[in-house]
Amino acid sequence: MEIVMCFVIGFLFMAAVYLMLSKSLLRIIIGTGLLSHGAHLLILTMGGLGGSSPPVVAPGVTDYADPLPQALILTAIVISFGVTAFFLVLAYRSYQELETDNMNLMRGTEDHD
Amino acid sequence: MSFVYFIFIPMIAALLIPFLYKKVCGIHTGWFVLVIPVVLFGLYTTLLSNVQHGESVTSSFEWIPSLNISFVSYIDGLSLLFSLLITGIGALVVLYSIYYLDKTREQLHNFYVYLMLFMTAMLGVVQSDHLISLYFFWELTSISSFLLIGYWYKRDRSRFGALKSMMITVFGGLMMLGGFVLLSIMGDTYSIRELIAIAPELANHEWFVWSLILVLLGAFTKSAQFPFYIWLPDAMEAPTPVSAYLHSATMVKAGLYLVARFTPIFASSEWWIWLVTGIGLLTLFWGSFFALKQTDLKGILAFSTVSQLGLIMSLLGAGAISFHTGIEDNSIFKYAAFAAIFHLVNHATFKGCLFMIAGIIDHETGTRDIRKLGGLMSIMPITFTIAMIGSFSMAGLPPFNGFLSKEMFLTGMLSIPDFDFFAFDTWGILFPIIAWIASVFTFVYSFYFVFRTFTGTYKPDFLPKKAHEAPFGMLISPAILGLLVVAIFFIPNIIADILIKPAVAAIQPYLYSSPEEIDIHVSAWHGWASPELWMTIGIIVIGFLLYWTLSKWQPMFEKIPKWFSLNRIYDKLMDLSETGTHRFSSLYMTGYMRSYLIYMFTAIVVLTISTVFIKDAFDISFAMLAPIHLYELVIVLVLVAGTITVLTAKSRLTSIIALGSVGYSVALFFVIFNAPDLALTQLVIETVSVALFLLAFYHLPKLNRHENRMKFRLGNALVAFGVGAMVTIVALSAHSNKLVRSISSYYEDTVYSEAGGGNIVNVILVDYRGFDTLFEITVLALASLGIIGMIKLRLSKKKEVNRNENK
Repeated sequence: MEIVMCFVIGFLFMAAVYLMLSKSLLRIIIGTGLLSHGAHLLILTMGGLGGSSPPVVAPGVTDYADPLPQALILTAIVISFGVTAFFLVLAYRSYQELETDNMNLMRGTEDHD
Repeated sequence: MSFVYFIFIPMIAALLIPFLYKKVCGIHTGWFVLVIPVVLFGLYTTLLSNVQHGESVTSSFEWIPSLNISFVSYIDGLSLLFSLLITGIGALVVLYSIYYLDKTREQLHNFYVYLMLFMTAMLGVVQSDHLISLYFFWELTSISSFLLIGYWYKRDRSRFGALKSMMITVFGGLMMLGGFVLLSIMGDTYSIRELIAIAPELANHEWFVWSLILVLLGAFTKSAQFPFYIWLPDAMEAPTPVSAYLHSATMVKAGLYLVARFTPIFASSEWWIWLVTGIGLLTLFWGSFFALKQTDLKGILAFSTVSQLGLIMSLLGAGAISFHTGIEDNSIFKYAAFAAIFHLVNHATFKGCLFMIAGIIDHETGTRDIRKLGGLMSIMPITFTIAMIGSFSMAGLPPFNGFLSKEMFLTGMLSIPDFDFFAFDTWGILFPIIAWIASVFTFVYSFYFVFRTFTGTYKPDFLPKKAHEAPFGMLISPAILGLLVVAIFFIPNIIADILIKPAVAAIQPYLYSSPEEIDIHVSAWHGWASPELWMTIGIIVIGFLLYWTLSKWQPMFEKIPKWFSLNRIYDKLMDLSETGTHRFSSLYMTGYMRSYLIYMFTAIVVLTISTVFIKDAFDISFAMLAPIHLYELVIVLVLVAGTITVLTAKSRLTSIIALGSVGYSVALFFVIFNAPDLALTQLVIETVSVALFLLAFYHLPKLNRHENRMKFRLGNALVAFGVGAMVTIVALSAHSNKLVRSISSYYEDTVYSEAGGGNIVNVILVDYRGFDTLFEITVLALASLGIIGMIKLRLSKKKEVNRNENK
């Protein structure tokens, strides 16, 4: 399964990078969303997908899924959510102020000073 | 007495000068400053007798003891000679500047602060025995010279000249630092004396030639040697006392000092002898030839300085030959070092004097253009007399000191072909020929300088001011120097015993154990049989003929094409560094975020993938894999389909929904792979995120609300594919090379017994690794505060409102 997941994650990364290279601000943020999904799945996969039961202590169970990557991913999810929310509001504000979501139009010019 | 502290006296005095300038308005600030060089000169003369017997005076104080860096003042013949020149001519220049600079119109405090700073720097350069402190003072001379050249900072030409000299001398200074560092690594010491003591070992080191060339670059740039002389003519925008002091007598001789000081270390190398002698001679010829093209008095003097510095440089190179031949037949090359030092002293006297004359003419007539001047002899008789003494000495005529040193120069050059090392016996014959031609030109421009200015017709209409004789005070300094010029001719051997022999002994420490052993006697008369006499007669005859026909052939200089000039190369270089680098940076700094992202991604991909393949790290192992189930594959398909929809969606709404589906399938993965907490969090957060995306989407400005599919771009696709491939390759290789077991069994074993919990993930988050959680909370708090700030704060709007109200 891990090998399949490696390819899925690679695909997610590819899609994310492709979106981040586009000129629409919203697509760039969607790209970062895909990128964080890819990263989270990568952490999970690298921790190993074995284990027959969730990491909650239960009598008679010995084969838990690895809890450490899960804790790391949980932290990462929350942080990426905070950053994504911030970026979205930033994008929303820049729509309001600059009236564009085209990255090429937001480019600074030579004689901005 | 600790002489190392005396170096800093001018610098400390410089701190007081602005106060004196502000408080004591009635008296010209220069009078207070004058005390310093005079006192220092007196102090250094007390060392003359010590040095004459071959003793040296050393004192030091520690600067950075842990790095073995200290200020060491080492005064031997060479250092003392330079120290006396610096303080002596410094005193005369300060005296001259008192009359030259007006106390009401000029920023005198600036001038004297820079000048005193420069004096400290020069004293430091010539007395330092420590390579790093030598470099420190060396750069201080560059900086203070920059300030002095740009003294009239409102003029464009001053700023240009200051910048040019700064660029060139600092370039050389940095090269020199490189040479010093190499030397100190090779010799494992910073002390020049210790390096001299182990010079034969250094010569075999592989870096020896590199350090030699780097040190020479420093010396050549500072001493205005070919092709670095170009800053000197432009430095003539400085006030004339500065030109007289820095650009004739002291700073430009720092390079000569450096060559003389390092001769015992480097003289064993063929490179040293060829470079120093050859470049010196080339500079001598080039400078003397182009001096005749100049129409500005100070321009002529600048080129003549360049040329005379070349002369001294070539003599120092020839003096280095004495390290190679046996004691019997090298007597002639000892002459070269002696002549170099002797001419150095002579040049300082007559060139300082001539610069002051040029300043007087400028001051009294308002112009330095030689085409407007003429017939000043009867108006300014004293000035004329002094100018004639200086010029004739420069031309090498008796009874002035230039004659003596020129004779010795010719002697040294004539004996170079006798030297049968390093191909000197074949090419050496060129040396006396070039030297002789250059001397002829020297003669011509000396005459050109003095007679075009003082004889001929007086042209009062061209002169901005009515010409009259200079005030007495202004004439004192050039008169003293003029007297020295004559005096040295008549008493050369006294000067030689006191000053020059100790200096020569410092340059050639292997040959003499004390200065008294040097058996050179200067004589003005060599007898009819000597070739030098006939060469001098030739110089005078040919030079006189050339001067006589000057107006016929001087226009030839105009025919030299404009591009054939080193200034042009310098300008091009500066232009290239400005526009070229600007063009280069605007080439890749496009301002588009896409370009920068492409650079970053490409760099990461290329570096990572090539590392993986170069190190042969790619590996796939099929051991220890989890089994594949059908529903897992279904979710994979859903996720991939969602991602493709995101990529190809026409409307933004579709892509946001598709992103949501990707997020939910990730949550499903978490469910399948036994991560209930993750699944929970992922579901909630994906929901909130999608809501936020929709919010941002809803508020799109109306004018841009046309929907279109993302255009396919091959470049983007390639980069994206590269990143995806890189991630897959790295993930596969990393997964296949697990080196150590997970530490999670510890958590599983102790979660209940140590932490009293059952949910291992939650216990890790709040107990084992609680700090992470604390700061993750902080991140969320900051993000929410930031969002509030962005939405609530409207500074730019408020400003606009205010502006409208004001209207």
